[in-house]
Amino acid sequence: MGKYLINLDPKRCINCKACEVQCQIHHQLPEEIRLGLLLSEKMPPTSEKPRVISAFMACFHCEHPWCVSVCPTQAMVRRAEDGLVYVDQALCVGCKACILVCPWQVPRWNQTTGKVMKCDYCRDRLADGLKPACVTACTTHALSFGRPDQDSRKIRQGYAKAICASKEWI
Amino acid sequence: MSKTLNYSVCGICPAHCPVQVEMENGECVFVQGNMQFAGVKGALCTRGAAALSFLRDEERPRFPMIRKGARGEGKWRKATWKEALDHVAEKLTAIRNQFGGRSLLWSDHEECGSDLHQAFVNGLGSPNYCTSDSVCTSNVEHAARSLFGFGREALVLDLKNAKQVVLQTRNIMESVDVKEVNALLDGLEAGGRMTVIDSRANVAAGKADRFLLIRPGTDHALNLAVIHVLLEKKLYPEAYVQAHIKDLDRLTAYVQPYTPAFAQAETGIKAEDIIALAQDLAEAAPAVIWHPGRMTARYKDSFQVSRSAYIINVLLGAVGARGGLPLAVMPEDIGRTGLKKFTELAPFGGEKRADGVGWRYPQMDPSTGLLHLAFKAMETGEPYPIKAYIACADDPLATYPDPFALKKALDKLDLLVSMPYTWSNTAQYADVILPLSPYLEANAPLLQVNGLKPSFFRTKQCAKPRYETMAAWEIVTGLAKRLGLISLSLDSIDKIWSYQLQGTGVAIESFEEKGFVELSSKVVYRDLGQGVFQTPSGKIELVNEKWEGQGLHSLATYAKKDKPAADSFRLTVGSCAVQAPVYTRNNTLLNRQMKENVLWLNRAAAEKMGIKADDVVTLLNSRNEPMGRTKVFLTELIHPEAIYLVHGLGQPLQLEKRPAEIGLADNTLMPGGLEIWDPAGGGVALQEHFIKIQRS
Repeated sequence: MGKYLINLDPKRCINCKACEVQCQIHHQLPEEIRLGLLLSEKMPPTSEKPRVISAFMACFHCEHPWCVSVCPTQAMVRRAEDGLVYVDQALCVGCKACILVCPWQVPRWNQTTGKVMKCDYCRDRLADGLKPACVTACTTHALSFGRPDQDSRKIRQGYAKAICASKEWI
Repeated sequence: MSKTLNYSVCGICPAHCPVQVEMENGECVFVQGNMQFAGVKGALCTRGAAALSFLRDEERPRFPMIRKGARGEGKWRKATWKEALDHVAEKLTAIRNQFGGRSLLWSDHEECGSDLHQAFVNGLGSPNYCTSDSVCTSNVEHAARSLFGFGREALVLDLKNAKQVVLQTRNIMESVDVKEVNALLDGLEAGGRMTVIDSRANVAAGKADRFLLIRPGTDHALNLAVIHVLLEKKLYPEAYVQAHIKDLDRLTAYVQPYTPAFAQAETGIKAEDIIALAQDLAEAAPAVIWHPGRMTARYKDSFQVSRSAYIINVLLGAVGARGGLPLAVMPEDIGRTGLKKFTELAPFGGEKRADGVGWRYPQMDPSTGLLHLAFKAMETGEPYPIKAYIACADDPLATYPDPFALKKALDKLDLLVSMPYTWSNTAQYADVILPLSPYLEANAPLLQVNGLKPSFFRTKQCAKPRYETMAAWEIVTGLAKRLGLISLSLDSIDKIWSYQLQGTGVAIESFEEKGFVELSSKVVYRDLGQGVFQTPSGKIELVNEKWEGQGLHSLATYAKKDKPAADSFRLTVGSCAVQAPVYTRNNTLLNRQMKENVLWLNRAAAEKMGIKADDVVTLLNSRNEPMGRTKVFLTELIHPEAIYLVHGLGQPLQLEKRPAEIGLADNTLMPGGLEIWDPAGGGVALQEHFIKIQRS
């Protein structure tokens, strides 16, 4: 997964797709290409309560990425220092091998440039000390950008608070 | 290639969220919410996110145009700004000379600068300035006025601190206001509970602790039963009620027949659920919000739905309470001064309004008017002819019912001017198009927002217009100059801003740091002291004499709702997060997010008719005329009597390639709809239409 993780808080996500649009704006994508996808399922009521469940899928930035191994021109790169996987646009010849081998077909073909594009966690923004576009402007702060190796204090704190509140302590 | 930051206010919808814009080589490259604004902290909604693709859109009107062919034919000639403004000024002068200044109608979808526009209309001697509130907030606005003597914005919804929130007629997670939705989610995260009442499971229903699927149109019955329970079980704070409410005894007698059992029969919601809801609310009181609704142009009794919602809040002691509906703070309340209004330069002349507001309808608010009744005056020439109409950032042919009838009214005009951001149904029908610059390319008059922390906001031009478009203030002051309104001939934005800031103690330079100026460093909760309620008794008036005087009972008998005939459904409409009425359907990115206005249809009802998932159906209006086709979305999560469409997308236009795919305009399914409205609240009733469905 590399050093970073985009996390979605399903309790805050309202399925508005601002993340997808911000990604398209920042990467100047043609309208048919979306690098990050917000996917949702409307759950029919099993009890009285309906549910909408969402997941944000950009790229997993795999430890051993299929796309990097298969790339004939070394355009697909896994950055050693943080595990970020990105396309060096100058080297991509548009063979689409990465699309074929990726189990989720994350890399996307850009017809206007004749090259492949994929989520690179907005590495230009990271270099400026910023967060990825999708996370930065998420309508409800449902998306967060962090490191999976650091402790999940915020989430556990909330859980602890709920437990404490539900028990009658002496 | 160094990046700089600009601050402005998003102009894509009337929520007006503060934004920050990353600039590179004079170009806007990234727009997000203002990081320094507490309720926003960087967030921006989907429509706001697409601002740059809107900027780059080559299909929006790129220069002024004057009509060549017949109205609506789509033939135009390009004009210079000088030529177009001279042309409009000449036409307005001729109309004024023949029919008087009052024959001008203006409608506004803007908030920034709306008082400048109103001053312009006043200055021309016309009382006929309208907003499009009669297809939006009119009913809830007047409901508030009938109880408190002030409008809905004088109360803040303190969602962040509420312990129980009830959403009714407020699709808060699809019709998105960034600050509001975040406040609600923060409140839920802190342990708040949420109930959603709707005839369709919207996104908020998916996060609710309690979802009540209501028979469409019966909300008033539900609310009356909740009031019944609160009163019968004495679940209200005695001292508060004594101090602030007038005529409680009349309310008690009035709700006597409206038992939970009565409401169950009408709404389909179980009596025990109604009682449980009332009890839960009473337990959490006063940190409770029963949302009075925003887009309330729905039923012929929507005024009563909002009014009864407010009464529930009042009985829970929530009006004036933290976590409930505290009083908005005006600059004057904290010893400051608000923005100076342009209407001081050109006051209202006192002429009778064409829509009847203020004289035929003395209870209605003249600052917004009732646009559908102004159209009626346009059509009939009564009480006097309307001959010129300027639609500013407004598209009534997409947002008001029955565009066919509305066109007949528009045909009576000598001059129809559209000031659009993008092509719209009204722009296409206009005589002259004066295209507006997108907000990123425009300055605008400062905006004052009250609330718990009154603040001023500035819309500041980030980039030069890439096409021959203008800001609304430039068009208005340009016309003012040509028409001899010297006081409004303010020829620079600096003059406009410095006029507004007179006496406020705020310098324009103060906006540089973060784009807005707060008049108070902390949140202020005001007490319900003397003189708060602007009613004759100084109390919350359950019976309002102004309405009674019009034969409109404040405590009106519940009107039973018709059931649709076989194979017919009640049309319900709403918003979605990826489109905003009027502005966005041709936006390259947003258009991709919603290609088709699919029809929500109850699965069991569909099966009875042999309709399967994704089938294409033909929709017939109440006159049995086929009005369009679209795909169905089958779900258990909509009431079997209801169908649902996204509102206000309009009909396809010749000059836009993309939205043609969207297809269905909900307002074409509402024949005669301009005549169907709530006489107590002034709102048009969009959801009083029955539709037949046939498999295509």
